[in-house]
Amino acid sequence: MGKQKRYRLRQGRGHAGEASPSATGQRPCLRDAQPGKRCRIKRLHGHGAIRQRLLDMGFVPETEVVMVRSAPLNDPLEIHIGNTFVSIRRTEAADIEVEAVEVDND
Amino acid sequence: MTDRDGRKRILVALAGQQNAGKSTLFNALTGVAQHIANYPGVTVDKKSSTYRDGDLTVEVVDLPGTYSLTSFSLEERVARQFLIDERPDVVVDVVDASNLKRGLQLTFQLIEMGAPVIVVLNMMDVAERRGLDIDIAPLEARLCVPVVATVGRRSRGIDELRAAIRRVGTGAGPGPATLNYGTLEDRVAGLQARLSELPPVTSVVSARWLATKLLEGDAEAERLLAARLGNAGELIDRAASDRAAFEAASDISVGDHISGCRAHLAGDIEATCVDDTKKGRVPMSERVDRFLLNRWLAPLFLVLTVWGIYQLSIVQGYELTKVTWPILAGFRNLAADWLPDAGFLHDPQVRALGLWMVDSANTLLNYVPIFLILFALIAILEDTGYMARIAFILDRILHRFGLHGQSTLPFILGGVFAGGCAVPGVMATKGIPDQRARLATILTVPFMNCLAKIPLYTLLINIYFVETKGLVLFYLSTITVIAALLVAKLLSVSVLRNMETAPFVMELPHYHLPTVSGVLRRSVDRTWLYIRKVGTVVVAVAAVVYVLLQFPGLTPEREAHFQARAEAAIATFYETMEGNPLADRVADQEALIGLVNAYTAYKAAKLNAQGADASRAVDADYAESHPEFEPFLVRSRDRDARSAARALKTLATTRKTLRREMKEERIVTSFLGQVGRSLEPVTRFADFDWKINVALLSSFAARESSVATLGVLFEQGEGENRTLEERMGAEQKAAGYTALTAAAVMLFFALYPPCLATTIMVRVQTDSYRWMLFSIVFPTILGLGVASAVFSLGSALRLTGIEMMSAVYFTALALLLLVGFFKRPFGRRLPVPDYREQAKGAAT
Repeated sequence: MGKQKRYRLRQGRGHAGEASPSATGQRPCLRDAQPGKRCRIKRLHGHGAIRQRLLDMGFVPETEVVMVRSAPLNDPLEIHIGNTFVSIRRTEAADIEVEAVEVDND
Repeated sequence: MTDRDGRKRILVALAGQQNAGKSTLFNALTGVAQHIANYPGVTVDKKSSTYRDGDLTVEVVDLPGTYSLTSFSLEERVARQFLIDERPDVVVDVVDASNLKRGLQLTFQLIEMGAPVIVVLNMMDVAERRGLDIDIAPLEARLCVPVVATVGRRSRGIDELRAAIRRVGTGAGPGPATLNYGTLEDRVAGLQARLSELPPVTSVVSARWLATKLLEGDAEAERLLAARLGNAGELIDRAASDRAAFEAASDISVGDHISGCRAHLAGDIEATCVDDTKKGRVPMSERVDRFLLNRWLAPLFLVLTVWGIYQLSIVQGYELTKVTWPILAGFRNLAADWLPDAGFLHDPQVRALGLWMVDSANTLLNYVPIFLILFALIAILEDTGYMARIAFILDRILHRFGLHGQSTLPFILGGVFAGGCAVPGVMATKGIPDQRARLATILTVPFMNCLAKIPLYTLLINIYFVETKGLVLFYLSTITVIAALLVAKLLSVSVLRNMETAPFVMELPHYHLPTVSGVLRRSVDRTWLYIRKVGTVVVAVAAVVYVLLQFPGLTPEREAHFQARAEAAIATFYETMEGNPLADRVADQEALIGLVNAYTAYKAAKLNAQGADASRAVDADYAESHPEFEPFLVRSRDRDARSAARALKTLATTRKTLRREMKEERIVTSFLGQVGRSLEPVTRFADFDWKINVALLSSFAARESSVATLGVLFEQGEGENRTLEERMGAEQKAAGYTALTAAAVMLFFALYPPCLATTIMVRVQTDSYRWMLFSIVFPTILGLGVASAVFSLGSALRLTGIEMMSAVYFTALALLLLVGFFKRPFGRRLPVPDYREQAKGAAT
């Protein structure tokens, strides 16, 4: 487990290697949401299998989701959606365009 | 359909999403006996079983768990194909009651396909505990299909489900509700009307389902239509133009629109049927995860868990094998008694082969306690939901090396620390959705330290690395993980480059307590599978290796030579016995052989007896069964008896020496020995002599046999009673072998190809002989390369074994970090997966 520290050094720069620029361009995506933040899904980018898989898991426009946490090594992410917790990688989360939802503490 | 005995037979398909408790429900519905096969042409398990209900025979088939019925994943294609081809009389749709909204999306698709659906709200207890109050009546009314509430784990609601299956399977109920597609509805209805006029189509699938699939542009649906219809082109074109027109008008794809309509209706139904009494409260699982998945605590818990598995299964399991081993040894002695008696120099072939087989089976059965514990613990991890968390924690590291979060389970089963078995490991790769990562996992699991590698390590470490035992064992148990990661990366940027990959979207199930029966069942099932698959192969291969080691045998001259020495020894025995009153008891050859055999069996029994009492019991036993030989065997004060015992011991020792020499000569000249010898030119760079070659070759059959074969090759004469460590050490040091050789052998063994049973499992899991062959050839070349490099470099630089081990270890570690941190390891970049490529194309 001694490797962890070194992994964390890079976390700020997303992930080297397979990182692709966010498909949503400058618009906010789920990848950039802070842990604990509630968001509403606006649009899914990406096509084919990944899109279908996200739709199946409930990532449908107008659904509210909560970014719960990222894994100890920063990737993947845990998202609370409906009644379930779903884990997706940051690359996948970059394809989900969201808008922040203001939480009125109820 | 009717049975042979006139009973009506109905076919039920069990569909449902992953984690909805489908398998548990399947077991509760059908009982113990089940039949597992593959769906035609793919490696997806098809579980089926039947039960009787009055005059009905109900066959239940478990479809693969799918979230949806698109054509994107293999499981979904398989499930869909089954529904179209087999037209089941009833489709039982298992829905997780606490996640109705998501479950209903599959329900809508099943209904749309025209299948007679029964919705099962499973895991009602979990939903209740979570404060969800579900009203069945409005749900039934909205869907127009029967809805049954169950708790699969406690078999609650199973009778109601059987009654519903009976009702739906024997008579037509009211037609189910259809989903209205809003702005797309006109186009769906139009196309549906066209399709429903075509009998070749409507006899196979529902027109409405096909209409929506054609509008979505589903390639498989188009193929289906083309196969049924001569002029399908026109309809497909019409669907395409409809799709284009709709997408132009509403700026949303047809697929998204349809998914949206389903999600909307599902949400609507959930809102009317489910009352969340604990809304806003943090779920229990999340509260647990705040600790277990905490950034700093997660690695700690993970290490503790793996350490716990190791301690309980391997360490405690070994303790348990000390209890079970005497049973197996007793079984061997029983077989030795039962088989035809041994001769003085030559044993009947049946006896030799029989004992060889029993020994092979015993080495295997010896691991059963360990596997029972290991598999039970892993079943607990899976059932509680922690296994998915492990995947979540480790995905980042594993993904970087071309693997997948879900590769963790196969690696643990294969033996991450020390002790496991690659066969269940390779089997467990089934759950990995990403094809490339799955193959990379299959090909690297055999690098783990399976239980059978340990004896050779222990043997060599005890000879050559006595002072640095712990360090070497640590090197060996971690270097295999490093090697597996590096090889996985290497393979995924080379041979696996163009394999299909899948996105990582994994549900983290809510924690729940596993049931004792569920855990036991899984543990026993997996262990039994191990015994069956590995057992049959190992026993069969043991027979082949036996033949390869025994034949062609000694030349007549050598036979005569040994015969003469044996006769001389017997003559000496009689000379010594002259004047001894006990000599009468072994008057002829036959009696003498009986005596020598009794002596050997007596010694073996004494060795197996634990404690003074057991030892005395053996004495009493032999006094009773062989009264005439008793004075020779059991220690006594009588002068004659003592001298007779001494003479017998000398004779038995000579016999053993002769037998050992014969065996060695036989192996030297045997087929396997010749192969080992002919490989010496290749293996000499790694300093492997023919004996090591033979041991390594025979270990391909089953790793355990490497030590057993070395044991034969370095066999001792009776009187010496030294351990194999001492014997090998003495002989090898005399022959100029050093710790460097041992290091080369151990590293080769660590990277050595999987045993035969594993390669067969690789064949089953990859469905390809080419990958099976690859899984043998690649590690052999790699292992031999590393071993040669270690020995050649080490001797050129005059390094000791431990220095060279350290050098190799840190080189590998450095390579691992290099590959882990640099952007383009091995100078190549992975191709962008299909679904991303399209995304880019769409963006530009």
